[in-house]
Amino acid sequence: MDTIMALVVGTLYATALYMMLRRSIIKLVIGLILLSNAANLLIFTAAGLTTGAPPLVPDGASAPVGAVADPLAQALILTAIVISFGVLAFAVVLIHRAYEIVKVDDMDQMKDTDT
Amino acid sequence: MRPEVALPILIPLLFGAVSLAFWRSQRVQRWLGVIGTGALLWSSIVLLDATRRDGYLIMHMGDWAGPFGIVLVSDLFGAIMVVLAAITGFATALYSLASVPRELEKFGYYPLMHLLLAGVCGAFLTGDIFNLYVWFEVLLVASFALLILGGERAQMEGAIKYVTLNLLSSVLFLSAVGLLYGLTGTLNMADIAWKLGQIDDEQAGLVTVISILFMVSFGIKAAAFPLFFWLPASYHTPQVAVSALFAGLLTKVGVYALFRVFTLIFTQEVEFTHTLLLWMAGLTMLTGVLGAAAQFEFRRILSFHIISQIGYMILGLALFTPLALVGGVFYIMHHIIVKANLFLVSGLVYRLRGSYELKELGGLYRDMPWVGILFLIPALSLAGLPPLSGFFAKFILIRAGLETGAWVAVGVALLVGLLTLYSMIKIWGEVFWKAAPAGESAPETVERRSERSRGRDLYFFYLPIAGLAVLTLIIGLSAQPIYVLAETAAGQLLDPAGYIEAVLGVRP
Amino acid sequence: MKTQMNSLILRTTGHFLLPLLLIFSIFLLLRGHDEPGGGFIAGLVAAAAIALYLFSMGIKSARQVLWVDPRNLFGIGLTLAVLSGVPAIFYGQAFFTSQWWPIYLPPFGTLKLSTPLFFDIGVYLVVVGSVLTIVLTLAEAEG
Repeated sequence: MDTIMALVVGTLYATALYMMLRRSIIKLVIGLILLSNAANLLIFTAAGLTTGAPPLVPDGASAPVGAVADPLAQALILTAIVISFGVLAFAVVLIHRAYEIVKVDDMDQMKDTDT
Repeated sequence: MRPEVALPILIPLLFGAVSLAFWRSQRVQRWLGVIGTGALLWSSIVLLDATRRDGYLIMHMGDWAGPFGIVLVSDLFGAIMVVLAAITGFATALYSLASVPRELEKFGYYPLMHLLLAGVCGAFLTGDIFNLYVWFEVLLVASFALLILGGERAQMEGAIKYVTLNLLSSVLFLSAVGLLYGLTGTLNMADIAWKLGQIDDEQAGLVTVISILFMVSFGIKAAAFPLFFWLPASYHTPQVAVSALFAGLLTKVGVYALFRVFTLIFTQEVEFTHTLLLWMAGLTMLTGVLGAAAQFEFRRILSFHIISQIGYMILGLALFTPLALVGGVFYIMHHIIVKANLFLVSGLVYRLRGSYELKELGGLYRDMPWVGILFLIPALSLAGLPPLSGFFAKFILIRAGLETGAWVAVGVALLVGLLTLYSMIKIWGEVFWKAAPAGESAPETVERRSERSRGRDLYFFYLPIAGLAVLTLIIGLSAQPIYVLAETAAGQLLDPAGYIEAVLGVRP
Repeated sequence: MKTQMNSLILRTTGHFLLPLLLIFSIFLLLRGHDEPGGGFIAGLVAAAAIALYLFSMGIKSARQVLWVDPRNLFGIGLTLAVLSGVPAIFYGQAFFTSQWWPIYLPPFGTLKLSTPLFFDIGVYLVVVGSVLTIVLTLAEAEG
């Protein structure tokens, strides 16, 4: 399972970087979205995969019984998803405004501030 | 439990929230901006004073014991950074009263400024590495929105580069945090440092890999070589008050994170990681200053100089001796005040003459000598002339470099200092000394110019600039107490065991 | 693309779905402390409800049904969430330590008034405010 997840994460990172290196701004944003998903999956995998054991506390007990999945990693991912949702929503608004002003979907046309 | 630790985060957060609730009333927001940053300044000084007396201040948020809950930790370095952030925030809040156009204020300038400051202070005070990521994102989102305030083409183009590289850096940071969690099973920085101290040899390589991920991520945020391109592409585009706030604080959060992580957590392979940092520092200094030499726009010159100055700070970390860290801390203290002030001066010049282009400016010293003096104090301090603050900062660093025998780094630092002086003299000569350009290239007539130099709102330009200039003079003229402060802070940085004991209550 | 979809079914059901979804979101919000739910999810449901209303009725009526600027909601929610951390300090505890003030109301049982409740309500408002700010900005940009 770990090997498959590692391959998935690696593929996601590679795809994301490939998309980010394209000239289109839309593809840049798609790349950023994929990248944040890749990072979330990486946390999920790195924290250890436990199948079929949700971290639930049974009635009357004060701690879960036996080996359960790590809930902290899930909390981290949830937080990261929320944050990246906010940031990427901003990025979408930004490229929309940028497209309205610059009128092209091409990074090569956007180097006025670099010289 | 020390409530002082949480105040510098809660105050800007609360003021930001309340001024958001007053979305339609810019008058209220303006007042809340000044009062809120003033309160932040007060709370930060209280924090610094308490930290200086007691060493470490700890607060477990929500009473969840460390290492499981989120811990706020204030050591001297963190407290100093919070004070500097508050000073910059207060100065820019005053400055914004006059400099930010009324039609832009209604897009939430002041609430965003508060949120930015909350993010910055949170990053300086947290003792939890995932929480550090969260504060980074808070300040990033606020800075994104501030950067595009006004919505001009150059701002959009700059913002796209800024957003992309900073998001990339955040994702790298997040990945590194995930790997570190997988390795140690904890997120509390003190606990991580402790667990990494006991790690077995076969995983030591993995630790170094993770440390490099952190280095790249924070290197992007600090605008260090080779990933600094977002900074000169974006910092000269927003409102000048925003530029000053960014220049003072944002990259320094990256530097702070580098200092924190590479003194507390990753000290296993100092020969490798800190040598890499040394190269990074030297190249950052050089590229920054050479970039500045080629520029002829006021704010772009200053932007490139931020990069070269970041190199000096990283140099202090990379040499990794007690004296070098003192130099690094001292340099940060000097730099934040001076750099923010230079941007504020550039805004004043723009207000007076309507341009940032050096070619279109001139003759300002003859018309208004005081403005020239106000520019010279931070400019010469940046170049490192005695007896201003920059001299002592550079002196300590170079002395530390000579002691460790890092001859190349010392040579580069001296050369860069000289080139910084060249850049500042270039601005001085073009903006203040040479005659005002005549004929068609002159942006304005004499009458219009004298009209611009009047007006009551100009006090809000002079006041923060003069205040920061006085601070520069104080740091330079009474360097001894500041040096002692920096020395104590550096001493704490070099004693991770003390940090771990303060946070977890056990001596490793 | 027009933001308002020209669909009879959507327009008819939009009226009924909005109050239903809003009630459901409040149910989720209040249930959240010990059971699945909470301010974030509830806020998303409420924001989705209003976004649905926006698609079926157009942007003007969505603004009307909202009656406050979503940015104000964001500010009020954030204020509430931050303030909910403050009472602990009066009991000499760290910020954000949960305080519980259970109130006994005879016919209904016990109302568990607490700071986490206010924090959750704050989060709810923040989520509704921020999501709707984004949605409305994009919808208005589309014209």
